[in-house]
Amino acid sequence: MVIETQELSFSFADQLVVKSLSLQVPAGSIYGFLGPNGAGKTTTIKLLLNLLNTQDGSIRIFGQDLQSNRISIMSQIGSLIEQPAIYQHMTGKENLINRAMLLSVTEKRVDEMLALVQLNAAANKKAGQYSLGMKQRLGIALALLTDPKLLILDEPTNGLDPNGIIEIRELLMRLVRQHGKTVFISSHLLSEIERMATHVGIINNGAMLFQGEIKDLESISQPMVYIETDNTVDAANLLTRNSYTVTDVFDTHLHVPFTSRQQIGEINALLVQNGLTVFSINKQQKDLEELFLDITKAN
Amino acid sequence: MKGFLLSFRSEFYKSRKTLGFWAAILLPLLISALALVIFYTQSHKFVRMDPMMLWVQFSMISLGIMGSLLLPMYTIFVAYSVNSIEHKADTWKTLFSLPISRWAVYSAKYFYAMFLVFLCLALFAIFTIGFGNLLASIKPELKFGQYHMEKQLLQLYFKMFLSSLGILSIQFLLSLLWADFLKPMGIGFVATITGVIMASKDWEYAYAFPYAHPMAALASAIKRGPGARRGPASEFVINILTNDVYVALGVAVVVFIAGYFIVRKRSVK
Repeated sequence: MVIETQELSFSFADQLVVKSLSLQVPAGSIYGFLGPNGAGKTTTIKLLLNLLNTQDGSIRIFGQDLQSNRISIMSQIGSLIEQPAIYQHMTGKENLINRAMLLSVTEKRVDEMLALVQLNAAANKKAGQYSLGMKQRLGIALALLTDPKLLILDEPTNGLDPNGIIEIRELLMRLVRQHGKTVFISSHLLSEIERMATHVGIINNGAMLFQGEIKDLESISQPMVYIETDNTVDAANLLTRNSYTVTDVFDTHLHVPFTSRQQIGEINALLVQNGLTVFSINKQQKDLEELFLDITKAN
Repeated sequence: MKGFLLSFRSEFYKSRKTLGFWAAILLPLLISALALVIFYTQSHKFVRMDPMMLWVQFSMISLGIMGSLLLPMYTIFVAYSVNSIEHKADTWKTLFSLPISRWAVYSAKYFYAMFLVFLCLALFAIFTIGFGNLLASIKPELKFGQYHMEKQLLQLYFKMFLSSLGILSIQFLLSLLWADFLKPMGIGFVATITGVIMASKDWEYAYAFPYAHPMAALASAIKRGPGARRGPASEFVINILTNDVYVALGVAVVVFIAGYFIVRKRSVK
């Protein structure tokens, strides 16, 4: 395990923010740390980086105790917490040079990082004039500067446009696949994590609801087929008679568990052949809130 | 030690394009240049002064301003500027998650602020001496060449440097804890005015109040004409290690060390 915490708890004043969290992050994984805003994700990350002192429980990173090996552990971690920490009055390149100086990294590496996150063209522009996406990419370049074994990223795609999100996702997947890194990434968007993570931990109100491989999660977060017709009740009856499970029926639409794309086509044909008008039929992913409900029910 | 040196270098790199750094150079340059211009253009007023008096009057332009208000205010500003770089960029969390000891990061920042105050005062001394000697050659009728007080000036500025360290430690801690400008600046300003009043009234316990130290350092060095409490300064008598300097150094060390533990205890935002 690259990150292993045992019964980790943390409270601000008398409010318990992290409750006996036992994280298990295997080497070579992209671990998606999912939870709604205020669930305790950032606090957990700050504990992992020793920015907050552990109150209860223990943290082991690379098999070493964090408290007693802080400096050697930190030298192998790259991190990005909340907003990227960037000196606005310096250029993007100067920001990297400054960090390279602190970490005794060569300037050649700075240019490599600029190329990697595609900021060459804006390297000599003041970072204060960067767009949010450029700042986020610079933040990732800063995190990758020492070629760390473990990347800890707190909501790295916050505020990025779809292209930026795809770029970062591909970059992270490449780092894990080709360079054997481990990535610990937090997010409040299930869809984002599903596309890249190999492992998932779901946290709500400071407590872990689910932890395991992504395929285990998929069995819980089963997607649905959303069907909108001119007569929802008739459609529901028809589908039930043809041995489909109808999970919910609403005034305007109904849900059937998704199994394959073929199945959507068959349902569509069945409805149309029986004289119903289909306004809309598509696959729908559950959002995080519904998933929480499912997990809570499952437990 | 390596972490400290790396952090110190990084402090310079970060601040080299900011007013916080350039103020240390521009402030002595502008004020000393002003003294030069006054003595050059108004030389007829000073022609009859004897050389020692001339040097004292010349250097008092910078010393007087620094000793009363400017040195405490500049110290407050420096303490603010080295910390505000991190507050503005939200970089405390990155600084404290570097593979460098926190003690090194914290002390490098403090010593960099101290270096800026030192640089500023050293340049005051150098410009005063340099411009005085320049006047000796471009205005020979002013008898700058006939007397030398380099040593006294260096000693006096060194004493003022030591006397500012108490303020530096206190303001450094305030600026580190508070991200905004007004709180540390407001407290520092009120304390400075109080210090100036204390020191100018020769209050017997003024030595115990750090913000009174720069003025006390200057006041104790100035000797006026025999028997006169007022009137122009006539010579400098410098005794570096006085009570107020001991208090300044003591406060500086204690607050510096206490500051580290306060910072460690506080969670990093």
